[in-house]
Amino acid sequence: METLMILLIGVLVSVATYLVLSRNVIRVILGTAVLSHAVHLLILTIGEVKKGEAPLLGNQTADGPYTDALPQALILTAIVISFAVTAFVLVLAFRAYKTNGTDDLEKLRGDEHD
Amino acid sequence: MMNSPLMPIIIPFAFAILLMFAPKQLRFQRAGALVGAILTVAASIWLLQKVYIDGIQVVTFGSWPVPYGITMVSDMVSILFVLTSSIITLFTIWYSFRTIGIAREQFFYYPGVLLMLVGVNGAFTTGDIFNLFVFFEVLLMASYLLSVLGGEKIQFRESIKYILVNVVSSALFVITVAMLYSVVGTLNMADIAQKVSDVNQPGILTAIAILFLVVFGLKAAIFPLFFWLPSSYSGPPIPVLALFGALLTKVGVYAITRTFTLFFTGDVAFTHTVLLYLSVATIVAGCIGALAVWDVKKIIIYNIIIAVGVILYGVATYNDTGLRGSMFYVVHDMLIKAALFFLVGIIVYITGQTNLKKMGGLMKRYPSLGWLYLIAAFSLAGIPPLSGFIGKMLLVKGGFEAEQFASGIWILLSSLIVLLSVIRIFVYAFWGKEQQLSPIKKTVYWQIWIPTAILVLLTVAYGVGADALMPYMTQAAEVLANPQLYIDAVKGGK
Repeated sequence: METLMILLIGVLVSVATYLVLSRNVIRVILGTAVLSHAVHLLILTIGEVKKGEAPLLGNQTADGPYTDALPQALILTAIVISFAVTAFVLVLAFRAYKTNGTDDLEKLRGDEHD
Repeated sequence: MMNSPLMPIIIPFAFAILLMFAPKQLRFQRAGALVGAILTVAASIWLLQKVYIDGIQVVTFGSWPVPYGITMVSDMVSILFVLTSSIITLFTIWYSFRTIGIAREQFFYYPGVLLMLVGVNGAFTTGDIFNLFVFFEVLLMASYLLSVLGGEKIQFRESIKYILVNVVSSALFVITVAMLYSVVGTLNMADIAQKVSDVNQPGILTAIAILFLVVFGLKAAIFPLFFWLPSSYSGPPIPVLALFGALLTKVGVYAITRTFTLFFTGDVAFTHTVLLYLSVATIVAGCIGALAVWDVKKIIIYNIIIAVGVILYGVATYNDTGLRGSMFYVVHDMLIKAALFFLVGIIVYITGQTNLKKMGGLMKRYPSLGWLYLIAAFSLAGIPPLSGFIGKMLLVKGGFEAEQFASGIWILLSSLIVLLSVIRIFVYAFWGKEQQLSPIKKTVYWQIWIPTAILVLLTVAYGVGADALMPYMTQAAEVLANPQLYIDAVKGGK
């Protein structure tokens, strides 16, 4: 199971890298979103994907081992953080498009050293 | 009081929240920010004394037993960073009153500054690796706001790149933490430090060490990862730039110092040699940049990169003298970089431009500014009675003790290049033929001159009083050199 997950994460990271290296701002932002998905899946995988109950103590029928609760909390934290940053970047890209009149990163280069 | 390590984090946080209630009230904003920063500095000084007398201060949230709760640790290293950051934020707020512009002040500028201080102080104080990530994001979020606030064309252009680089490096940080968790099964730094020696998997741990170096190197702008810094720091206005230049890269430096003295001490021959080469290469890259540009802001910006290399050199040599030198140098460098950015800000305010070639003859009309700049420049280069000297001397001595003669000599030579690069500003802007200047308000000039002068005097006092500070630095180097001290303090000697 872990091997399968790692392969999927590898694919996601490759896709993200490809997108981040493109010229269009929106594609770059999509790339960072895919990258954050990959990262969150990696945390989940790294806590070992073993069969176990959902970590809810109130679940009376369950008596077996529970899944590791810590990676889930880490992912939850990482998700809200990357959500906030993505929202910020999207608005920034919108404003930058309105101000600079382009979404092409090649054209957003600074002045050369004088 | 048990919660003393939290004070430098809670105080600016409380004031930032308070300031958000009335963004348009200028007086309230300024007074609130100033009071918040002063209280933070006071709390940090108090905590410094407490750590100095009583030893390392530890708080675990919710009174959970140690590896299970989040621990905040104030040892001498972190409190020195915290105190310096708080002082710089205080001066930046003071300097901002006349320079940042009312439109920015009325749009959550001061809450942004205080929240960045929260993130920075939190990152220095935390004892939990995932909590470090969260505090990184706190300070990065605030820095995104500050870098784009005002909405000029260049700010939009540069902050897009700045944010993208940081988003990618944050993702890498989480990947690295995930891998470390899978190897050691814990997130508490003291617990990790103890377990890395138990798990006995040197190969994978060395790989994680290098990943951490990449992650924190992106924040700290070390050699192959500094490419984003010169352009993205040229976007924001001067007070924000001073804050970024003094604090943000130093958070990365602190994180490298912490991880490479606490976790990754197993394979020093490899990891610290990599760090040594990278730090020397960082200095080379910074020197080339500092000599190549004619923009006054960028000259100082490239000097940030040089200083990062110099500080990490002390960590790489990994002996008592070198670590002490690093601690001396990092405090000096944070103070002097802020002072230099303030000075450059005044020069830009007077001349109305950043191009060095179009300046000249300022000495006649602004002699006090000229002398102040000269002191700061000499201090940066490390001329003996001033603050840069003692740190660099210890660093070079530590390098020689580790038998790294070539790199030690290169550190000395790089001082000459640093001196040349900053003296160039003095020669071109203050000497030479007087240029036509547009009239400026004299009161504004003096109002931004005063905080700058006090900060420069502070660095002079730091250099002259190095002897009095030596016990603090020795204690800091001791903690860095013996991770067991840190582990025992957090885990209660178990």
